[in-house]
Amino acid sequence: MFDSYTETSLQYFPERCINCRRCLQVCPHAVFAEGAEHAELANPRACMECGACALNCPVQAIAVQSGVGCAWAMIQAALRGKDMDTECSCGGDDDSCCGQPAETGCDCGEK
Amino acid sequence: MNTSSNQTCSCNSSRAGPQESSCGCSAGSPQTPAIRTTTSTLSRADRIDHLTLRWGWNREGHRVEPGLYRLGNPAKESPVFAAANLTLSFDHVRSALAGFDAWILVLDTKGINVWCAAGKGTFGTEELVRRIRLANLESVVSHRKIIVPQLGAPGISWPEVLRKSGFSLEYGPVRARDLPEYLKTRKATPAMRRVEFPLGDRLVLTPVEFVHIALPMILVAAVLWFLAGPVAALAAISAVLAGTVLFPVLLPFIPTHDFSTKGLILGAILALPFAYVFGTNPALPVWADGLAAAAALLIIPAVVSYLALNFTGCTTFTSRTGVKKEIFRYVKIMAVMAVIGSLAGIVIGVSKLAGVI
Repeated sequence: MFDSYTETSLQYFPERCINCRRCLQVCPHAVFAEGAEHAELANPRACMECGACALNCPVQAIAVQSGVGCAWAMIQAALRGKDMDTECSCGGDDDSCCGQPAETGCDCGEK
Repeated sequence: MNTSSNQTCSCNSSRAGPQESSCGCSAGSPQTPAIRTTTSTLSRADRIDHLTLRWGWNREGHRVEPGLYRLGNPAKESPVFAAANLTLSFDHVRSALAGFDAWILVLDTKGINVWCAAGKGTFGTEELVRRIRLANLESVVSHRKIIVPQLGAPGISWPEVLRKSGFSLEYGPVRARDLPEYLKTRKATPAMRRVEFPLGDRLVLTPVEFVHIALPMILVAAVLWFLAGPVAALAAISAVLAGTVLFPVLLPFIPTHDFSTKGLILGAILALPFAYVFGTNPALPVWADGLAAAAALLIIPAVVSYLALNFTGCTTFTSRTGVKKEIFRYVKIMAVMAVIGSLAGIVIGVSKLAGVI
């Protein structure tokens, strides 16, 4: 109830994992944890779909539909009749929600 | 910026990227691209730049010239750090590396910070590989390693960079201030790898949030002042301040998980005193008082909730899947509340004009 963040598009295929641990290094929310033979999916709910793990996995053991969790950008796209999923004005465009300085923030940052 | 062009190219006094053209003035020697020099000292001008950036002023003007920089007295073995060309990002890196001799490779991220630029792809594999080539990094350093900020990872694929440039990547800590500690062991602790969203980080975002919406807020407040009096104008200003400043500050303390419901709760609390004032106006009949109170209870939470939802893009943890779900769940409800509340206000206004009340 009142939690829209229980599911994400993150998929993990441990059988492909070669335990290089790059995903542990790049994930900002400790979604993956160390395991004996392969990385463990420890906290999938914390995933913000930034896509860093999938992009840096050398054996495609991780898949995620990366995107920005930015309501502003998505609503603007929808209002202009564009696709909410592909359209992101984030990052420097005039109408960007994240031309902002957000050093950490603005997950517009993300995608 | 406390940067100056290196002597290898005397012509690059302009801010326009001389490096892409590999320094047009030294014709015949495209192999010696300019290496700029920087320091770890932040000047007053740098601090003013950071302040204006935080207030959303001159958003396009906070850029560092992309390319390779020399910090201290780096040798061929010195480490190479990748950075974004937002002044604040670059300044964080160079000031954190005080006392170190290093190379800083600034990518052209169009004046956007590392994380946002990585999300957009401008802090990305292609740009990194391009900058390695333009800077002729292979001949500048003897090793083949670049330390990339962890938050650059959403835009960068290390196997691709290795394949295309021969340089292997090491993901450094999230925060530049952890770099000295990181450099001791070349290992980031779990804490260095985690992104948090503490009060300070939330607070520093509020000016831009507020400035974004200040002008429409003033217009609406002015109109409300004429139509419904100063209290209504104050309600509009309060709602915007609650949504853009109070909400980010209170974010972790407001019950429920969704931003929209958090905003509704905050907005409802804010609406109570206004509803009380509107609802107990002795000059109006009871039904009009009731309508006025209802308008406050419907419109204020809807506005705060909408502003709260829009803060998702500034946070460090919301997923696209989740935000989309929130939009589909709550935006309609917000719209219905705002429309019914406005209708109630219009009924009162028309009744006043018609002389009914």
